[in-house]
Amino acid sequence: MSTTKRGEKRTKVLFRATGVTKVYQMGEVEVHALRGVDLELYAGEFVVILGASGSGKSTLLNILGGLDVPTGGTVVFRDHRLTGADEDQLTEYRREHVGFVFQFYNLISSLTALENVALVADIAQNALAPREALRLVGLGERCDHYPAQLSGGEQQRVAIARAIGKRPDVLLCDEPTGALDVRTGVVVLEAISRINQELGTLTAVITHNAAIAAMADRVIHLSDGQISNIDTNDVRVQAKELVW
Amino acid sequence: MNRLLIADLKRMWRQGLAIPLLLACGIALFVMSNSSVRSVENTRNRYYQQYRFADVFAGLVRAPQSLGNRIAEIPGVQRAQTRIVRDVLLDIDDMVEPASCRLVSIETDDPSPMNAVYLTRGSFPRDPDRSEVILSELFAEAHQLLPGDTIDCIMGGRKQTLRIVGVGLSPEYVYVVQPGLMLTDNRRYGVAWMPRRQMEAAFNMEGAFNYVSIQLQPHANTEEVIARLDRLTKPFGGTGAYAREDQESHLRVADEMSQMKTMAFVMPTIFLAVSGFLFNIVFTRLINQQTEQIATLRAFGYRPSEVGWHYVKMVLLLVGIGSAIGCLAGMRMSWWLTDAYIRFFRFPTIDYEFATRYAVIAILSAAAAAIAGTFAAIRKAVSLQPAVAMRPPAPRDYHGLWAERTGLSRWLSPVARMVVRRLETNRLSTTLSVLGMALGVAIVVLGSFFEDTIDYVVSFQFDKSQRQDVNLTFVETLSPSAVHDMQHLPGVSQVQPYRSAPVKLRHGRRTERLALMGLDEVPQLYRILDDQEKQVTFPVREGLTLSEKLAETLDVRTGDRVTVEVLDRRQFVKEMLVAKVFPNFSGPAAYLNRQQLHQLLQEGEQYSGAFLSVDPARLDQLYEEVKQTPTIAGVTDQSAARAAFDEAISESTSIMRVVYAVFSIGIALGVMYNCAIIILAERARDLATLRVMGFRRREVSMVLLSELAVITLLSLPIGLPIGYAFAYLTTVALDTDTQRFPLVIQPSTYAYATVIIVAGASLSALYVRRMLNSLDLVSVLKVKE
Ligand SMILES: Nc1ncnc2c1ncn2[C@@H]1O[C@H](COP(=O)(O)OP(=O)(O)OP(=O)(O)O)[C@@H](O)[C@H]1O
Ligand SMILES: [Mg+2]
Repeated sequence: MSTTKRGEKRTKVLFRATGVTKVYQMGEVEVHALRGVDLELYAGEFVVILGASGSGKSTLLNILGGLDVPTGGTVVFRDHRLTGADEDQLTEYRREHVGFVFQFYNLISSLTALENVALVADIAQNALAPREALRLVGLGERCDHYPAQLSGGEQQRVAIARAIGKRPDVLLCDEPTGALDVRTGVVVLEAISRINQELGTLTAVITHNAAIAAMADRVIHLSDGQISNIDTNDVRVQAKELVW
Repeated sequence: MNRLLIADLKRMWRQGLAIPLLLACGIALFVMSNSSVRSVENTRNRYYQQYRFADVFAGLVRAPQSLGNRIAEIPGVQRAQTRIVRDVLLDIDDMVEPASCRLVSIETDDPSPMNAVYLTRGSFPRDPDRSEVILSELFAEAHQLLPGDTIDCIMGGRKQTLRIVGVGLSPEYVYVVQPGLMLTDNRRYGVAWMPRRQMEAAFNMEGAFNYVSIQLQPHANTEEVIARLDRLTKPFGGTGAYAREDQESHLRVADEMSQMKTMAFVMPTIFLAVSGFLFNIVFTRLINQQTEQIATLRAFGYRPSEVGWHYVKMVLLLVGIGSAIGCLAGMRMSWWLTDAYIRFFRFPTIDYEFATRYAVIAILSAAAAAIAGTFAAIRKAVSLQPAVAMRPPAPRDYHGLWAERTGLSRWLSPVARMVVRRLETNRLSTTLSVLGMALGVAIVVLGSFFEDTIDYVVSFQFDKSQRQDVNLTFVETLSPSAVHDMQHLPGVSQVQPYRSAPVKLRHGRRTERLALMGLDEVPQLYRILDDQEKQVTFPVREGLTLSEKLAETLDVRTGDRVTVEVLDRRQFVKEMLVAKVFPNFSGPAAYLNRQQLHQLLQEGEQYSGAFLSVDPARLDQLYEEVKQTPTIAGVTDQSAARAAFDEAISESTSIMRVVYAVFSIGIALGVMYNCAIIILAERARDLATLRVMGFRRREVSMVLLSELAVITLLSLPIGLPIGYAFAYLTTVALDTDTQRFPLVIQPSTYAYATVIIVAGASLSALYVRRMLNSLDLVSVLKVKE
């Protein structure tokens, strides 16, 4: 079992969330998706978020990624206050710092793998070469294929390449393996983990699969809109060595 | 399933809103025009009946009252009413030029006279010692004359003062047109009704008459009566009897109404067809978007017929909403339009009718168009194996695309490539969008081209063809020396005398009554032009020159022979050759070289009137002089006639033009809006993805806007020719017995259509952009493709 010793990367705080709440108003009913979350995330670490369905994982991730705003509490990214930012400021924040990967790959079907990745090159200052990004996820050979010509796992890897193409500070993945079988899922996780290590990108992965937690530096357990527990792994397991 | 229907409708309300409105536009227009035409027709028929409009008319020079009794005995005649009718000049304070007026005798003691006068103001003449008249309403209004006012009249060379006691209307003079003029000019020509006794005294017609109207028994043989009447009146200078169908006012009203009818039919039918087609397009796209839902329903075990029925219900609901709005709006608008027409015609009462049959036709055809279009899409969706429909679409090969082959896409940014490739691969969607917008463009052209056509007709008539400043008509024909004197009237620089004679042309069973014009070989002022604007000349030759409309009416061709019956007092008949037929833009007309007309009439040089070219600065002087000239019966000022023509045309067509313009813009906007919404719906996921990646709102909306822009640009070169074709169809349909419109579309109209479409597209784009800005990114992406 090969392991990775944790280095000094924990020292730098990237996100600081305090008392974050999120209430969805559904007509008469109020849905409390988050009920006061306090959390710090550090540069370069690999975090897995676990929790039952409806526990607020996606909500939290979307707030961290600037796709959504909390009802209460504060979220600070470095020196940006995400709470209270308007839509344009959030867009700029996403543009410069965040890469997203979703369960459904959301590739643009009319663009090739390479072109999908090249999209971000348009908006990023310091982008990876698209081919380089695809090579990082092991798809260097499939540049000119359209999404419909790729398998689900390959599509998800293109989505990852696209997300990291602009060298984001954070990579947020919402159930990236949710639509994939185990073997394919492992390949995708490997790609994510490799990005995390080679580029030092803070990576947060939502999953239902507790086994994946072994890959992480820290595991955050969400339950009913609150953090119930945070585990710290002393050793990170490689994806291919996970026991599902 | 009903809950699903509601959910579906809720989800698509933005599109759903535009769909019934589109249909409502077509139906409203169709119902409106047909209802108002029926209403106007009903109103006219009731007016004719209530005020006993005669069936047969005949004019003669002078006949004793006893002839009237003999006429009443003709088999088939219910009753005959003899009258005295004379044209006189009026000297009116607010006009320098003299006005003309037709004096018509009325029987004050007959309780139910034919061609009865309907009083709108004042009373009937009562005082036998004073010259009291009822004045036609339009003329009275044009001069702001009221009961109690007086007008000066030149009767038989003597000036006389007429006292106005009433203002009225008559079915005989719904349209008051001066002989020889094309359209009404209410300032310069009117009708006055005067008690018979005073007319007899003024014109030395005691115990005599010069006009007779006849009411026929039901099922009487009109031609037979006319033939007998002609025989009776011939010795008294009868100019030929004619039926109501040939009566001047009726003819014009009927013509106007038949034009209204074709207008009411052609354009709204095109509108309806287009809106049905758009409905069809929109629905096809809608259902194509629903493939997955249909597959899911099928997977749950719903039968194809149940799924089909679900969508048919949706179509029917939308058709129902559209029809209801269309019918209500159409009915409301038809009242408004009928009122306007009836104000124009001056009918005393109004009979509204809702054209139920047409409404049903419109609704059924709309429903049929919608269901037919939807059916194909539904069938495709229903026949899909659920598993197939739920699978992502087969991989597309983009390599063969135009943008790839030409290497264009290499130069484009990935975002631009998205736009180009999508337009190219979603061919159906793109084609439907382009087609929809093209129809929007075409409808705008159709809705506004008529303006150009009318402008052209006016300029053709007044700038190119009739170049005289003044047209004089004489009481009786004048000799060359009298006409020569006219050279010396103030300001006159050129005189073109003409001879015209009332004739009846006959070819087989077809006849036409009109004035045969005798003109110089190459007329200088009053010119006759064909539809290519080439001047028609009248050399001394072997026969008549006919306008194409007349040739069609008589069914003759060059080389055929027609019988010319001269309806003057010397009434005689001669066979003549048709030497030339030329196409033009006015009604039936027949011409002959003037010298030949003199020969035909067996007379020396005699003129019926003259066209004058006059220094505009001295027109007033000329009119002063003309008023003193008893031999002149009528004066037509060309610029006034033009103004009157313009006014009449714009009055009678402006309402329709406005309605068409508004509706065409409405339809165009509806199409734009719908296209934009659909594009947004089809693109939401890609656009949300870009937004998540950090593309700015402006950058993302550029994707959508450039797609709309490309579609708009593609639709213009397609839509403008379609608009031309629609306009062509309209002019073909408007080609009636008496009128033909040239197809003239100015570049400005195309430019206008383009501006409207571009503006509409921009508005829709802005709206869609706003929707895009409020797109809920997370929820879009949460759903599986
Ligand atoms: N847009 C929304 N409107 C209303 N309620 C919402 C919305 N999004 C999430 N919720 C509610 O908030 C709660 C948390 O949702 P969230 O998506 O964060 O859960 P989750 O932990 O990601 O669940 P899962 O593992 O099933 O994805 C749920 O109860 C959910 O119903
Ligand atoms: Mg979730």
